[in-house]
Amino acid sequence: MDSALLVHRLHFAFTVTFHYLFPMLTMGLAPLIVALKTMALWKKDEAYARAARFWAKIFGINFVIGVVTGIPMEFQFGTNWSHFSRYAGGVIGQTLAMEGMFAFFLESSFLGLFLYGEKRLSPKAHWFSAFMVFFGSWLSGYFIICTDAFMQHPVGYATAADGSVALKSFWRLLLNPWAVWQYAHNMCGAAICGAFVMCAVGAFYLLSQKHVEQAKIFVKVGVVSGLVFSALIMGPTGDMQGRLVTDYQPATLAAMEALWETRDGAPLVIIGQPNEDEKKIDNPIYVPKMLSFLTYRRWNAEVRGLDAFPKEDWPQNIPLLYYSYHIMVGLGTIFLAIMVVCGFLWWRGTLWNARWMHWILLLAFPLPYIANTAGWMTAEIGRQPWLVYGLMRTVQGYSKTVSSGNAWFTLLGFMGMYTVLGILFIFLVRREIEHGPEEPPPPVKPIVVAKQEIRTEVR
Amino acid sequence: MPTIWFCIVAVMVAAYVVLDGFDLGAGVLHLFVARTDEERRKIIRSIGPVWDGNEVWLLAAGGTLYFAFPQLYASGFSGFYLPLMMVLWLLMLRGIGIEFRTHLESDVWKRFFDVVFSVSSLLLTIFLGAALGNVIRGVPLGEDRYFFEPLWTNWRVGAHPGILDWYTVMCGVIAAVTLTTHGALYVATKTEGDLNTRCRKTAAVLWPVQLLLTIGSLIATVAIRPELLANYKTYVVGWLIPLLVVATLIGMFVFRSRGNDKAAFVSSALYITIMLVGAVFALYPTVLPASTNRDWSLTIQNAAAPHYGLTIGLVWWAIGMVFTLGYFTFIYRMFRGKVSLEAGSDHGY
Repeated sequence: MDSALLVHRLHFAFTVTFHYLFPMLTMGLAPLIVALKTMALWKKDEAYARAARFWAKIFGINFVIGVVTGIPMEFQFGTNWSHFSRYAGGVIGQTLAMEGMFAFFLESSFLGLFLYGEKRLSPKAHWFSAFMVFFGSWLSGYFIICTDAFMQHPVGYATAADGSVALKSFWRLLLNPWAVWQYAHNMCGAAICGAFVMCAVGAFYLLSQKHVEQAKIFVKVGVVSGLVFSALIMGPTGDMQGRLVTDYQPATLAAMEALWETRDGAPLVIIGQPNEDEKKIDNPIYVPKMLSFLTYRRWNAEVRGLDAFPKEDWPQNIPLLYYSYHIMVGLGTIFLAIMVVCGFLWWRGTLWNARWMHWILLLAFPLPYIANTAGWMTAEIGRQPWLVYGLMRTVQGYSKTVSSGNAWFTLLGFMGMYTVLGILFIFLVRREIEHGPEEPPPPVKPIVVAKQEIRTEVR
Repeated sequence: MPTIWFCIVAVMVAAYVVLDGFDLGAGVLHLFVARTDEERRKIIRSIGPVWDGNEVWLLAAGGTLYFAFPQLYASGFSGFYLPLMMVLWLLMLRGIGIEFRTHLESDVWKRFFDVVFSVSSLLLTIFLGAALGNVIRGVPLGEDRYFFEPLWTNWRVGAHPGILDWYTVMCGVIAAVTLTTHGALYVATKTEGDLNTRCRKTAAVLWPVQLLLTIGSLIATVAIRPELLANYKTYVVGWLIPLLVVATLIGMFVFRSRGNDKAAFVSSALYITIMLVGAVFALYPTVLPASTNRDWSLTIQNAAAPHYGLTIGLVWWAIGMVFTLGYFTFIYRMFRGKVSLEAGSDHGY
């Protein structure tokens, strides 16, 4: 591979992978914070408001890193991928500019109100600011996924006289079926990340016997949302995403499954190592005919293998693509299993005593980060060798005027910078967790009286 | 249609410079004018709720530029590769400087972030000025409409200049002085007592420098690019621009001397806007002049996106802008008045 191309690809891959660790949690925590604030208003329970305040602090730290690492992403379209920008700017410029106009302004305005305005605003207005931060972050996600969806499955465009693409239908671009399903799938992934992080902090407090009242709230909210979103990510969204790949990127599907030869009744490999030299999978454990069923809903359907496509259209890194995909699916299954067991224990009333489960919840928090990253690697390595699927190859898109020496200079610069950011993030979040949520205010009246009052209210 | 988008992008860039300009300026003052921890916290509080929104104008202007003029975005961003990456690093350092400073009650921690925040703010003002200087002076575009500019060559204005030459360095210094003054006038409107007095004094010291540099830059610009006067010759109304520049400079002086901080700040905002309008008026219809061959320059015609996309963009841009103006009016009203360290929320800044 051309060495400049390799560096430009590493440059984007590194910066976007690091960046997405933060929006993942931003988008995952935002709806949970809204849920906590809703409970506080609805049940008039100050404990939920304290929980929301605690998570707002972590959200704020996370958001800052997300913002500062996000700015380079938009810039890099022009700096490192200028030929791609020239080629596709007439189409994806729409969604990127709309993200700035509609989502970023909204998010930045309401974030300040949400983080620093609780004393100036009424409780309802503060709830509204939290809701708008959630809405803004999820809206921003849609515009970005729309941009990626055009690269995965270009729609709504026409080729202009100079060979670049021009927008032909605004609504087809915005309602690209690929964007809709990828968005749903991705947002479930982000929500799972938020749920597992919230559960892990709750489990940590339960295990260390601190802030127990708050910890239970964290675990409850985390388990409810974790259960819902892990079901959604496996079921409708993951399945539809897979079928879109089958229809529009058949070579990618073959590479994801390391299916070298076209065959009827293709098996689904659960685990095993792709062997590129001998075109087989070493040490496979598989479910017979399952792949045919999942892709075409028939046990004996023919699934096209890599041999059905010219080699120059194969994704270049088949083992990495295969592993990314399998790690994503494997972890997705584990998330559902953990949450189902938690839900069961909760129903049986033993969740608060099941220390082994608290340990699992605590140790599981890195897994959604890995699964989300692996999912994006599946999407983007799977898109190769295309930059815009079927239209522009990756080798055509990078900035020819920016030499590999210059690209290395900035890539190393970003690596250094992001190491510092990562350390700062861990340091500051650890401090917030150490510090913990606010303690409940000391009761003003004797507790017995207070209990009686609550009972009368319930009646 | 490309002309409309040319104006829209210009307005968004001007909004960015005026808005983020004052918080960049406040950043410069943070180390040099504020002396105690209390004063520094006041400076950060004065820009705290708004700086992120101000910076979004840069992203939104960049996104709009990409959308309306993809060729300009592609050529310009890859050509200015190294300085843009450095701007990104500085923006990062500045962001964490503001947001993380108050997370720890430690003098060492705070002092470190004070320096990070202030120095990155100062360097950013210089970079922004130098960037504008590059666009006015022209860049070594090739026939394929791409270029790559080294950081410096021989420091002269020629066919193959670097990012930095005497002219762009001068632009950088003007930007630093202008935005520091702008920031000083802003902080003066938000504070009382010693800090307010010192901000006014800073603005007073910088005013004659700003005046001399403005005159110097106008002469230098006409000297290196005499063809920039073409639009002024065609449209005589353009001569109002230098008159207004002088008027706003006088306004800054008079209002500051009378102690009317708000009017002085508004004058400074107008000064920045009009200087940018003057540059944009002179450039039109060129968006990136070529120093190599005038025919290779990027213009609004050869850099614009196709018609359909631009027309539909006008609809959503207008809707988005109405919302944005609403948010900004609300936020600035909400956090209006002088800052104090007692009022406000328990956590943050």
